[in-house]
Amino acid sequence: MDATYAVEMKSISKYFGGFCALDNVDLCVQKGEIHAILGENGAGKTTLMNILYGFYEADSGEVWTNGQKREIKTPKDAISLGIGMVHQHFMLVETYTVLQNIILGDEHIKGPGVIDYKKAKAEIKKLAEDYHFNIDLDAKIQDITVGMQQRVEIIKALYRGADILILDEPTSVLTPQEIEELIDIMHNMVQNVKTIIIITHKLAEIMKSADTCTVIRRGKNIDKVAVANTCEKDLAELMVGRAVEFTVEKQECRRGSALLQIDGLVVEDDRKIKKVDGLSLELFEGEILGIAGVDGNGQKELFEAVTSLRKAKSGSIRIDGQDIQNTSPRKTFEAGISVIPEDRQKSGLVLDFTIAENMVLEKVQNAPFSKHGILDWKVIRQNADKLTKEYDVRPDGSAGMRAGALSGGNQQKAIIAREISNDGRVLVAVQPTRGLDVGAIEFVHNAILSERDKGKGVLLISLELDEVLKLSDRVAVIYNGRIVNIIDAKDADEKRIGLLMAGGEGA
Amino acid sequence: MDNIGIVFSITLMYATPLIFAALGGIISERSGVTNIGIEGMMTIGAFAGAAVGYFTANPWIGFACAAAAGGALSALHAIACVKFHANQIISGVALNLIGLGVSLFLSRLLFDGVTQTLPVPNKLPKLVENGPGGLNLDSTVLVVLIFIIGVWFFLYKSRGGLRLIAVGEHPAAADTLGVNVFRVRFLAVIVSGLFAGMGGAARTLAVVSSFSPIVISGHGYIALAAVIFGRWNPVGASLACLLFGFAQSLVVVLGGGDIAIPSQILAMLPYILTIVVLVLLRGKTNAPKASGIPYIKGQR
Repeated sequence: MDATYAVEMKSISKYFGGFCALDNVDLCVQKGEIHAILGENGAGKTTLMNILYGFYEADSGEVWTNGQKREIKTPKDAISLGIGMVHQHFMLVETYTVLQNIILGDEHIKGPGVIDYKKAKAEIKKLAEDYHFNIDLDAKIQDITVGMQQRVEIIKALYRGADILILDEPTSVLTPQEIEELIDIMHNMVQNVKTIIIITHKLAEIMKSADTCTVIRRGKNIDKVAVANTCEKDLAELMVGRAVEFTVEKQECRRGSALLQIDGLVVEDDRKIKKVDGLSLELFEGEILGIAGVDGNGQKELFEAVTSLRKAKSGSIRIDGQDIQNTSPRKTFEAGISVIPEDRQKSGLVLDFTIAENMVLEKVQNAPFSKHGILDWKVIRQNADKLTKEYDVRPDGSAGMRAGALSGGNQQKAIIAREISNDGRVLVAVQPTRGLDVGAIEFVHNAILSERDKGKGVLLISLELDEVLKLSDRVAVIYNGRIVNIIDAKDADEKRIGLLMAGGEGA
Repeated sequence: MDNIGIVFSITLMYATPLIFAALGGIISERSGVTNIGIEGMMTIGAFAGAAVGYFTANPWIGFACAAAAGGALSALHAIACVKFHANQIISGVALNLIGLGVSLFLSRLLFDGVTQTLPVPNKLPKLVENGPGGLNLDSTVLVVLIFIIGVWFFLYKSRGGLRLIAVGEHPAAADTLGVNVFRVRFLAVIVSGLFAGMGGAARTLAVVSSFSPIVISGHGYIALAAVIFGRWNPVGASLACLLFGFAQSLVVVLGGGDIAIPSQILAMLPYILTIVVLVLLRGKTNAPKASGIPYIKGQR
């Protein structure tokens, strides 16, 4: 019996139909450490953790915690063994308060079935103070930030007495400051003798937070390394299975004539607040114009106005001199605007459709995909087979799979394949690499660059400043719904842009 | 002005069965299961209440059996939709047909081949009879009032309610916290049947005194409209039911008056009101997010 391990998973295998998600995977996590599980999208990290948390059952293999073999069949079993999990897509009831979400399923009662909110509140307040969480227990989930929601998830696990906490891609939705805070929280928890397993594909965070790292690739164990003895580049290679370039090779920008012109654009959000307020910009052929800015400064409304998803209050949007503002998404598509939307699951794909169906969403009414209103499935399928091969959308045969069954990275590749195959003149990409791993990011970046080299205009709206700086030929900084400055990429540095993003003048 | 007592009485008389059914609808929908079969459950409850009330001469036993009959029918819905992930609308429509069919069949069997039961010897007692201004109140009014408070308290104050609403909003979240989504939904659907059954009996044992094929004609659907109108809240839905009851009372009062409105037009009033109300209620309704979607573990 070796009780120094909080979690041991031995030769875990899991099949989904004929697809082998995990193939004899081992995992040993020491007590009181932060253990990272690193792997590309779809490598099987989340599946492994869902088995530990009782969400799935393994087809073979053993799970041990604290030196004893366990049968974990439901999340309830896991909770009673002191295992807590924070899922990538938060498991929170939006209409409930923070407090209600925390106690759900484990409520204190007074009298027959009546919830004792007072007692729960006192208990959770203390818990929150112990971990320096500053959180309003009476706020509704729908009204608090994503970073706060994550803390609610963590408190939820702590409230249930979790000693082993699984965090699934915890940083993919956070701002840089929130990530720093989360890492502090993690260190704080480890000092309180908790064990943390963090699933991630972000190398920088592993280097900053973890003690040990287990690498998984395509459902197989690759390596287990002490973080102190490795570096980002080595980890990336282990994860992807080949050397990864962190910088992209860019050819000289050959800028053509003006393609997309936005003049004095004003857009209001649902609450009638002016989010875009007199914004003007010009996008040329053969360039990438990056929009840098802090979230909520009008990026979303700008995007929605350009794609006619939202009505512009005033101003004009022209492509080749032709007005397209306030037309329809179909019209803007026909005018030559292709879109990589921010949320691939909500607006990029119809998750219940197959990839083949998703690949023709915008043009299914045209030949050769349909004739006289009758779909030609053969052509649709061939189109998808060709694109999935070309853009490496995994697994093999993904053309016939439900889009929702693919991993995030492959969903994104499918969208990019579709949009590039539309062969529009302008590509609008919003957060195109959100939540993707280094391999997939490299792929997406190269795809965007090659569009530019073909003479297309690319409007890149991203909250990742690194990404904007790396790809753009010019950087436009958006603040309070206006472009405050446009800077040539070669003159742009993080500090100067950061100052502009925060509303600082004179940069 | 003499009519106020009468209008009040008729409003409550018509609204009470609807409120029972609406409470059932709320419980089911809040757990994430659309229950369009409320109509059929009301029908079978109306029949069971009248038949048992006739044979036992005790309306309360009839009332209890009506609840049981509604519950039994809804168990089918629970099995189909919760256990086997069947389409909830189709299952509900099937139940509406089954509810009516079984009621008519049993009626012919027990009442010499007619689809109408004999009047019950004792109706449910009145709380107020021939009060001032023609006020008449059935005891079901008191019963339903207790249930409204009970359901409200359950939903918003109790552990069961917290879990029920969570299951209807985000079943995966509830599941990860060890709440048994299937059990919660199963029970919720059965309870909704109990309520609908009582709603049916509230018509045949209090409003009229026997079952006929038209005694429940669209009441289940109106109750469901009231659920939406009342934003899935027991108090709101009850107020909505009162509005429909009021429309019905106008039918009665105006129909007996001097104004010449064709009775057919008047009879349409509550139904037209239902449509108008639902049209006016466009836009954001805070329906339970997972309503109508079967929960399949581990599906992305």
